[in-house]
Amino acid sequence: MLSQVYYLIKKEVTIEWRNRYAVNGILLYLISTIFICYLSFNVRANQLDPVTWNVLFWIIILFAAVNAVAKSFIQEKQGQFLYYYWVHDPVAVIVGKTAYNSLLMVLMGLIGLLGYVLVLGNPVKDMTLFVVNLLIASIGLSFTLTMTSAIASKARNSQTLMAVLGFPIILPILLMVIKISKNAMDGLEWSDSYDEMVILLAINAIAGALSYLLFPYLWRS
Amino acid sequence: MLRNWWKVITVLLLLYVVTGGLLMDVPRLNILNETVRALYFHVPMWFGMIIMLAISVVYAVKYLRGSNAHFDTVSVEFANVGIVFGVLGILTGMLWAQFTWDDWWSGDPKQNASAIGLLIYLAYFVLRGSLEDPMQKARIGAVYNIFAFAALIPLLFILPRMTDSLHPGNGGNPGFNAYDLDNRLRITFYPAVMGWTLLGVWMATVRIRIRKIDTILEL
Repeated sequence: MLSQVYYLIKKEVTIEWRNRYAVNGILLYLISTIFICYLSFNVRANQLDPVTWNVLFWIIILFAAVNAVAKSFIQEKQGQFLYYYWVHDPVAVIVGKTAYNSLLMVLMGLIGLLGYVLVLGNPVKDMTLFVVNLLIASIGLSFTLTMTSAIASKARNSQTLMAVLGFPIILPILLMVIKISKNAMDGLEWSDSYDEMVILLAINAIAGALSYLLFPYLWRS
Repeated sequence: MLRNWWKVITVLLLLYVVTGGLLMDVPRLNILNETVRALYFHVPMWFGMIIMLAISVVYAVKYLRGSNAHFDTVSVEFANVGIVFGVLGILTGMLWAQFTWDDWWSGDPKQNASAIGLLIYLAYFVLRGSLEDPMQKARIGAVYNIFAFAALIPLLFILPRMTDSLHPGNGGNPGFNAYDLDNRLRITFYPAVMGWTLLGVWMATVRIRIRKIDTILEL
């Protein structure tokens, strides 16, 4: 089981490395969105209102996440699925995909943060908390969205469906995340964010456990 | 007649709630005044919605365990009635908010959370609509149903408690929590919750029977 998961992650990374269009696409997506925001707000660095700065960052990350994770199931060809299901345990497939997406999202989140801070300034007082929050959030986003994309991939017009299904479910995570990162921006004590962090981790755990339990029912078709 | 005893109880309970709820004496609370009667109509909608959606999830799990089409019908129809209760809950709440908070929609955490909750469940029907094969529709619908319910619980029960809400009983507002819920309110409130919930179950069973007749006619 673990070796299968490892194999699947390795395969995803190799494919990514070989044709590189997916990661590059998302990277370009991130960079151009950040740049569009920069130009549209027409600000010099550090002039954006902190609340706007914060919310804008998370919305960019959210859309990048939807685009990045959506391809994990939606863009796979039907034959490829058949092959997976022939060779692997369904649990290994979902764990592998989720792990790979988490990796991808953590990477994208960090790069996004770097670009965002460079272009739009850095009002964050407690960067460690902000980054820790970013890590938890990226993992949470990929947990929920991987399962959503698995569900959406079974239906027609799955791209629209991905947004329709994903956004309301993501909202609790997003609200918690925005609150924690606001705390980090204001430089509050870590203990002020513990409640939110525990809830965030709990939501992540629920999403992870449910994907693990429910995916085997989803894949037969 | 004997088989339908609970329907008779439903009718009696709701007759009592509607007449008693509007006519009987209620305690005077600041700000709330007479609008406290919304407790008999607005709050039971949320109780009803959660109970309907919980039944829906139970049947979704049952469906996944033993692919019986009947379980799927039950699950869908209870989700349907749950959404009707949710919409009514939001509408009655907005009407009440207009008189107490002076605004139809004031962005209260509970208002927002319930609106998002409805979006989650409306997406459930969009998902079902976009699948063609009935077996697949039932299975994937059941999977999403469980996922949606798990997202709904933190949304309705945990997040609003982390911030101050305008709702009675939150953030220092006068309300009907454990200390304030007066016996004069209880005497109508508990029957109201039972009555509206039973009405929901009744609606769902009627819808399930219609669906069954439909499938028989189609065959």
